Amino acid sequence: MAVTDLGLMTVPLAIFAGAIRVSTPFLFVSLGECLTEKSGRINLGLEGTLVFGAMSGYATAYATGWPWLGVLVAGLAGSVFGMIHGIICKLPKVNDVAIGIAMMMFGTGIAFFLGKPFIQPQAPHLPAIDFGFWTSIPQLRVALEINPLFFVGIAVAIAMWWAFKNTRAGLIIRMTGDSAATAKAMGYSVDLVRFLATTAGGFLAGVGGSFLSLYYPGAWNEGLSSGQGLMAVALVIFSRWNPLACFGAALLFGGAGAIGPALQSIGISQGYYFYNAAPYILTLLIMIASVSPKRSLRGAPGELSITK
Amino acid sequence: MTVTSQTSGEATSGPGAILGFLDRIRVASEYLVIPLIALVATAVLFSLFLLVLGKSPVDFFDLLWRGGFGTAFSWQNTLVRASPLILTALCVAIPAQLGLVIIGGEGALVLGGFIAAIVALPFIGWAPFWLTMPVMVVGAVVAGALWIGAVGALRHYRGINETISSLLMYYIAVAIMNFFVEGPFKDLSNPNKPSTAYIGDGNRVGKIGDTEVHWGLVAGIVLAIALWILMNRTTFGFAARITGGNVRAAKAQGLAVGRLMVIACMIAGASAGLAGYFEVAAIQGKANASLAAGYGFTGILVAFLARQNAIAIVPVAILLGGIAAAGGLIQRRMGLPDATVNVLTGLMFVVLLVSETLYGRIPLFKQRGS
Repeated sequence: MAVTDLGLMTVPLAIFAGAIRVSTPFLFVSLGECLTEKSGRINLGLEGTLVFGAMSGYATAYATGWPWLGVLVAGLAGSVFGMIHGIICKLPKVNDVAIGIAMMMFGTGIAFFLGKPFIQPQAPHLPAIDFGFWTSIPQLRVALEINPLFFVGIAVAIAMWWAFKNTRAGLIIRMTGDSAATAKAMGYSVDLVRFLATTAGGFLAGVGGSFLSLYYPGAWNEGLSSGQGLMAVALVIFSRWNPLACFGAALLFGGAGAIGPALQSIGISQGYYFYNAAPYILTLLIMIASVSPKRSLRGAPGELSITK
Repeated sequence: MTVTSQTSGEATSGPGAILGFLDRIRVASEYLVIPLIALVATAVLFSLFLLVLGKSPVDFFDLLWRGGFGTAFSWQNTLVRASPLILTALCVAIPAQLGLVIIGGEGALVLGGFIAAIVALPFIGWAPFWLTMPVMVVGAVVAGALWIGAVGALRHYRGINETISSLLMYYIAVAIMNFFVEGPFKDLSNPNKPSTAYIGDGNRVGKIGDTEVHWGLVAGIVLAIALWILMNRTTFGFAARITGGNVRAAKAQGLAVGRLMVIACMIAGASAGLAGYFEVAAIQGKANASLAAGYGFTGILVAFLARQNAIAIVPVAILLGGIAAAGGLIQRRMGLPDATVNVLTGLMFVVLLVSETLYGRIPLFKQRGS
């Protein structure tokens, strides 16, 4: 296929394609964080979970040749991190924010340690679905190659949104998050609910990490994640703890992250570092615009230490 | 303090009269013993980790000792690394007294170092050290203070979580430095690694005596003592600690909580910015990507291990500096990846926070009659 000159359309198209690719890990991590926070606990360690998920997924795919097994292993590794976080936070006098920071450092450290041998070798990638079979414009075809995990993420977002509203489990999680005393009075173990929510949240974050190493950018190295895990926490606040809004916010962040590479693809490299910083600046601006000290946040779980 | 015969635990053997002074030491030693238990537990867990990998823990701790503290040379290496750690740990510990968890000290360090290198540019080549140095220090300190001060202001006036915003601002600080270092301020005589112009031999910070240790260590220790006095012996520090204990009570007392938060954050940013100045003026000689070497993040661990006590930060920074200094030796001799030190420090951080749960639970340290 010959490269067609798309003129001015190149940049928006590249941003659109980039938004879908870049948003997927954001989507998974923010859904994981949303679930954890709904139960009344915050996990700042998802950055470490994400990096470890990326490493373990890549290593599994390399060793077995099955990238989807890598996704599963990354999710399971993520849930182990979630479990550790859940168990430690159960202890009295332990601060969940500080534990999150420590788990972030520990997770990235151990991922770099164990992942050293996997920096060079090439693991098989996750296959993409070709939605652009009808077009002959190569850029559009590339843009319409969408990874199935993106759709899985959307499905999980919808399922979570529905489950919070309509299921018994969803109600128990929300109740634990809003008032531990009520949950206790109803006969539910607050620690167990939060443990399970943190574990499941870790699973989602691990899957998000495997997307980074197995699809886009699609290789394991130590610079793979740069704060996506923590930005996801900000994203959840921005989404007001609504899984559907998490999807929209993830797309927005993905788009912001795609501006730099999109401009570079047409030869604009001036200010490259600033475009790369766009997601961080956007996160900060969004938080400034959407958070207020005057009123409590709509939808915020009452037990969450970060909003108290 | 009166000693009653009523003991609350079985460990206090001999209900006889013990001097009140010794008793106070016994109670206070909880803050020393529990972190030590955490360090020992870390060593045990890390040894198990090494055994699983088929490496010898004995070799590891032997090399750790030799690389960090065994010789005069390793001590110098350790102290060189400890000095930025003292300053970045202060960046965590001071806001922590007000209940703020700031993790973006690395950003203030990077920006402080970058601004120091930039403001030195007009002075290179003609100005004496005593003219350039204050300009650089002020540049670094002001840059750091404004950077972390903004985090405090956002927290108080907009209600934005300081942990997240400070980390976001770290990434923005690195982007700002990279942009200018590879663009307007790029030194064309050094094409391999984009950097600002060399600040000149005359503007470098000297070494102490015949050692490799620079004056940043002394600056760090002096600042740590000064900030300990500020937080523990002044009205400002008292008000700050009330705010940390209970914001509502502080507000009810009419304390200007917002101003306290912003000032504490500015002090914090200033010390991290000062670390950046010393990294440029004593180590690198210019600003480049090497400034983001992780001192800001290790500083978080130092501050937590020191229980946010400014003076305790000094020995803890030396301990962590020693671990960092030994990293290279361990990596070469044992064939372990360079992330080994990150695993050890990360594990130490987790175990340390778990050990928080022990406070008040060990009968040996209980107040009598409580």
